[in-house]
Amino acid sequence: MKGSGGTGQGSVGVRDQGSAEGPRTPTVTALENRHLLGIAELSAEEIRLILDTAEAMKEVGERQIKKVPTLRGKTVVNLFFEPSTRTRTSFEIAEKRLSADTLNIAASTSSVVKGETLADTVRNLEAMAPDAIVMRHPSSGACHLLARICRARVVNAGDGTHEHPTQALLDGFTIRQHKGGFAGLKVAIVGDLLHSRVLRSNLLLLNKLGAQVVACAPTTLRPVGLDRMGATATSSIDEAVQDADVVMMLRIQLERMQGHFFPSIREYYRLFGLTAARLQRAKPDVIIMHPGPINRGVEIDSDVADGPYSVILEQVANGVAVRMAVLYLLTGGSEGPS
Amino acid sequence: MKLLLKGGRLVDPVSDRDGIYDVLIEGDVVARIDRDIAVDRDAAILDVPEGAIVCPGLIDMHVHLREPGQEHKEDVASGVASAVAGGFTAVACMPNTSPVNDNASVTELILERSAQANRARVYPIGAVSVGQHGEQLAELGELRDAGCVAVSDDGHPVATALLMRRALEYADMLGLLVIDHCEDQTLKGDGVAHEGYHASVLGLRGIPGEAEELMVQRDVTLAGLTKAPVHIAHLSTRGSLRAVRDGKARGIRVTCEVTPHHLTLTDEALGDYDTNTKMNPPLREAADRDALMEGLRDGAVDVIATDHAPHHADEKAVEFDHAPFGIVGLETCVPLVLDRLVHAGVISIGRFVELLSVNPARLLKVTGGSLTIGRPADITVLLPDLDVTIDKKKLRSKSKNTPFGGWRLRGGVGATFVGGRLVYCNDDTPSLTAWRELRKARSPNVPGR
Repeated sequence: MKGSGGTGQGSVGVRDQGSAEGPRTPTVTALENRHLLGIAELSAEEIRLILDTAEAMKEVGERQIKKVPTLRGKTVVNLFFEPSTRTRTSFEIAEKRLSADTLNIAASTSSVVKGETLADTVRNLEAMAPDAIVMRHPSSGACHLLARICRARVVNAGDGTHEHPTQALLDGFTIRQHKGGFAGLKVAIVGDLLHSRVLRSNLLLLNKLGAQVVACAPTTLRPVGLDRMGATATSSIDEAVQDADVVMMLRIQLERMQGHFFPSIREYYRLFGLTAARLQRAKPDVIIMHPGPINRGVEIDSDVADGPYSVILEQVANGVAVRMAVLYLLTGGSEGPS
Repeated sequence: MKLLLKGGRLVDPVSDRDGIYDVLIEGDVVARIDRDIAVDRDAAILDVPEGAIVCPGLIDMHVHLREPGQEHKEDVASGVASAVAGGFTAVACMPNTSPVNDNASVTELILERSAQANRARVYPIGAVSVGQHGEQLAELGELRDAGCVAVSDDGHPVATALLMRRALEYADMLGLLVIDHCEDQTLKGDGVAHEGYHASVLGLRGIPGEAEELMVQRDVTLAGLTKAPVHIAHLSTRGSLRAVRDGKARGIRVTCEVTPHHLTLTDEALGDYDTNTKMNPPLREAADRDALMEGLRDGAVDVIATDHAPHHADEKAVEFDHAPFGIVGLETCVPLVLDRLVHAGVISIGRFVELLSVNPARLLKVTGGSLTIGRPADITVLLPDLDVTIDKKKLRSKSKNTPFGGWRLRGGVGATFVGGRLVYCNDDTPSLTAWRELRKARSPNVPGR
């Protein structure tokens, strides 16, 4: 979905990585779309712009006073129709560090429980003139509906099994931090691919930036057309992990067992769980990622999740910087982050 | 009262006519078909515009009129207004009303409303099972006697193989066709779109084509067992068509219909989560669409039906998951089929008439399908070269849920006659000015549209 153009704000400091992506010159200084609905709508240059902006935002988080006036006077609504601690908190901290006024609305306390439609909920919120709405929703495409009826900027914080763009951006930021770039990297994504919005957003991002993705799951948990989506599919975790630079684990949703996707947790762990022994096949400098929450002993062993290759908590920390960057680029005023 | 349709290309496959003919209507029947009929001064003469096609009235054997129970979406009066504007002289309406049309009182109400509306003919279709619950056969004899022309649990499949077997046997005894909405609901699950690449990318829960195919195979097998006819509603996959084709080759009495939207759109149209692309069965892949086209050409497909499914705008203005399935189709059918199938060389105009008039009349055993002396003058006049832009706001249906808004197509409806009465005349065509004046003069109380 194309919006009405850039944000009209001044540029932010764009840093040339000069890395495995090869030499490059920044070509964009603002986002073309007025919403962030998915990685699908972003160009590679726009993704780099967000990651570069996040570098500057990360520095803000390392200061003693972790606050800049960039979004002073702006109102951001966090509209969450699904339970979320990590993502909602991350957005809220990002908004507060940018000095935005924030409002948190959970579906369980909204008029949705009285039968109000999403469109009507949003129209009512709009009447209070927020500048941005960050929404998580259990239905794929709900953010697209929101963007069609909404004047405020829309940030997708996860829509059904469609996309979770800020998660992919923070994953990309973390990978770049450790690997310098993306070209030629082998990224293994292992877990429930079928129901994962993290997979879809990461596939788009990693493909756009030049990484190679191997996706591993039981055949029952693979989306149709995975190869067309830019991943090599396998049902062997050993094959997926072999020579991997990055291993990204996805959460197994235990309720999926009722859909006959796999026989038992025990069997899943035996065939697809990431253990220290299996990790031996990866490159020596492999990093282990997980969007959380983790099911220890189901998709990943504790000694791997907490081990030296794990960057899981760094992902969480980077999430704030990336979300600050997104909010800044979409709604930012004339003042830069510093 | 006499009316002469002067000139025009008459296409009537049953009487093997395709040429320039005059058609004389006396009262409500066809009185004469010939070249250069001379009439006395009391007959009104309507010159058929050059290039127009006069054919037996189109019959849509699969619509939802929503009355009783959901009149905010459509009612019989608005449904038949939409039908005649789409060139249909008759429609058969599915029983998933509220209450369900599983007894004579509902059938009678629909027929009464139809008589009040006094436009297209309405043929109610009764439910196979009580409440469409799939447990107990409805009183099919009562339904037939009240005026139902077929039975179906449309909206749901006939739930079990045993019930389907009994329905086929019992309905055949009564001369009623069983129409089945084929869908294995356990395999469909809570899917909302065709299971394929596009649903994967969009994160929409998939419905595999095989969910339909499994039940089509069941029905073909049961039609073979019972020797009774079965009609597959809105067939959408290549596998289903293969099963129908195989059944026909074995002499099994199986027929099927396809919809204009499955012939013109694929799952790629889901693009931006437009809920007007959410239908059941879902929009399939290009290979399925191409197979349906082939079925139109070689005779495996018997009927084009719209599955006209009106939904109120608010009901569609929700998350894709929550939106109801279905689109309106009565007024977009002819432009879509003329443009994308006839002009594209997929089917001839004669085949068009077979698919939209001859075969529905034959399957439902209702009047029409051919222009016959002494039979009701149900006639559709097509304007194959008319430039048509689909304008949602101008639809006569109460609901505007169509993905075809803004589409520019070549071919449209000029006029519709039901029982010799001009019930619709295209407002946008200068060559039909005299027709409109005649209509106004004869039916001063009927709104212009």
